[in-house]
Amino acid sequence: MKPAPFVRHVPKTLDEALKILADVAPQDGRVLAGGQSLVPIMAFRLAKPAHLVDINEVVGLDKVISDGTTLTIGARVRHAAFHKSVVDNPLGQLLSAVVRHIAHYPIRMRGTFCGSLAHADPASEWCLVVATLDATLVAKSTRGERLIAAKDFFAGIMSTALAEDELLAEARLPLLASDVRFGFNEFNRRAGDFAMAASLVTYRLNAGKIAEARVGLGGAESFPRRIVEAEAALNGKTPGDTVFRAAAEAAAKAIDPLEDHQTNAEYRRDLVRAVVRRALEQSA
Amino acid sequence: MDITLTINGRDHAIAVEPRRTLADAIREDCGQTGTHIGCEHGICGACTIIVDGEPIRSCLMFAVQANGKKIRTVEGLANGDKLHPMQQAFMDHHGLQCGFCTPGFLMLAIGVLEREPNISDDGLLDVLSSNLCRCTGYQNIIKAVRAAAKDMRKE
Ligand SMILES: Cc1cc2nc3c(=O)[nH]c(=O)nc-3n(C[C@H](O)[C@H](O)[C@H](O)COP(=O)(O)OP(=O)(O)OC[C@H]3O[C@@H](n4cnc5c(N)ncnc54)[C@H](O)[C@@H]3O)c2cc1C
Ligand code: FES
Ligand code: FES
Repeated sequence: MKPAPFVRHVPKTLDEALKILADVAPQDGRVLAGGQSLVPIMAFRLAKPAHLVDINEVVGLDKVISDGTTLTIGARVRHAAFHKSVVDNPLGQLLSAVVRHIAHYPIRMRGTFCGSLAHADPASEWCLVVATLDATLVAKSTRGERLIAAKDFFAGIMSTALAEDELLAEARLPLLASDVRFGFNEFNRRAGDFAMAASLVTYRLNAGKIAEARVGLGGAESFPRRIVEAEAALNGKTPGDTVFRAAAEAAAKAIDPLEDHQTNAEYRRDLVRAVVRRALEQSA
Repeated sequence: MDITLTINGRDHAIAVEPRRTLADAIREDCGQTGTHIGCEHGICGACTIIVDGEPIRSCLMFAVQANGKKIRTVEGLANGDKLHPMQQAFMDHHGLQCGFCTPGFLMLAIGVLEREPNISDDGLLDVLSSNLCRCTGYQNIIKAVRAAAKDMRKE
C-alpha cells in the first residue's frame, strides 16, 4: 500500500529540527531517520503522521566519536557504519559482530542506530546492546537536554521514555576494558529476520574466575534488559559448560516471556536457554 | 514538489507529493519500469537500486529524498548490446526464470561488489539473503554472482 499524505520538513541544523519538532509534535509529527521501520509502517497505514521531520540533511548528526572512555553515536549514524570496527577497542569488534544480524545489507545502508533505539522493537539488536552495556541516551528538545540511562529508556513494546517533541540526539556507549570477553547469539528462522531471542554477554576474568558479568537478553520480553540472576550464576565461577548451562537456566527462569502466534512461553524459554548458552560458549 | 531525479545519467524533472516512494516515482513518473515492486515494505528486495553508490530499497525512500542524487537502475547496466558482466553471468548460469526478482538481484550484487570487490564467498551469500526469488531456488543466482564477482575483480 501507499503511505498517507504528510508534510515534509527538511531542517539543516539540529536547532531548526528541534524547533520544527516542537511545533509539529502535537499534530502527530515525527522524526524520519533511515525510514526502514517508519516507511513500512506508513505503507501499512499503521502510522499516518501528518508531519515528518526528515533529519537526513541535518549537518553533524552522522558522527561516531571516541574520547577514550565513551563512544558517542550521532542520530544519523547508519547501521552500515559498524560493518567495520569504528574504534580501536573491543567495543568496535562487538558492534561489528552484532551489526551483521540486523536486517539486510541494503536496509543497513539507510537504517540508523538511534532510529532503532527510538523505534524500540523488542528484538532490536542495538536495543539489546545499549541495555547490556548500560549506555546513556541523550534526548534533546527545545526544552533542553536529558540524559536517560538505557535501563530507564525502554518502556514497553515499541515504547520509550522519549517525549513526542524529543529527538534522540546521540547514544553514549562505555568503551570496554581491553581484556573483556564477549559473545553474541540470536535465533531466527531466516537470515535477516528479527530475532526470536538474542543474547549478548560480556565479562572479564579475574585469576581465572568470571568477573563483571553482563548477560543481556533481547526478543524474549517487551524490551531488552540485563538478567541479574544469570549474571549471579556466572560471577566468581570458572568459565565452562556447567556454569554456562546454569546461567542459561537462570535466564530462562527469570523472564516473563513474550508470546505470539509462533512462539508460546515454553518455546520462548527454550530459545532463551539456547541463545544465552551459545553466547557464553562463543565468549569462551 | 518539483524535483529532478537523475537516473542512469539522464535528468527527469517531475512533480511529486512527498509521500511518493522513490520506486513509484522511477516507474510511474519517469517511465523506467525495469525496477520492480513486490511488497512495498522492504521485505522482497525487488525494488533494489543504487543511489549515490549505495544499494538501497527504493520502496523505503521517498522520491523527494533522492532529489539531485545519482540513481542507477537496471536500465543503465548494459552498454549498448553488451551486457554488464553480472547480467551475462545471470544468463550463463540460469540465474533467472520468470525474471521478476532479477533487476533487484542485479542491482544488489553490483552495488555491494562495487563497494566491496573483495567480499568473501560467505559474505556474498549473506548479501544475497537480502532479496527473495520465488523461482530459481537461489543456487543459480549464487553461482552467477560468484562468477561475475571474479569477472568484475579482473576489470
Ligand atoms: C525487512 C526488514 C528487516 C529488518 N530487520 C531488522 C532486524 O533484524 N533487527 C533490527 O533491529 N531492525 C531490523 N529492521 C529495522 C531497521 O533496523 C530500522 O532501520 C530501524 O528499526 C529504525 O531505524 P531508522 O533509522 O530506519 O528509523 P525510522 O524508520 O526513520 O524511524 C523509526 C521510528 O523511530 C523514530 N525515530 C527515528 N530516529 C529518531 C530520533 N533520532 N529521535 C527520535 N525518534 C526517532 C521515528 O519517528 C519512527 O517512529 C528491519 C527492517 C526491515 C525493512
Ligand atoms: S518492493 Fe521494496 S522491498 Fe519489496
Ligand atoms: S526468477 Fe522468478 S522470482 Fe526470481
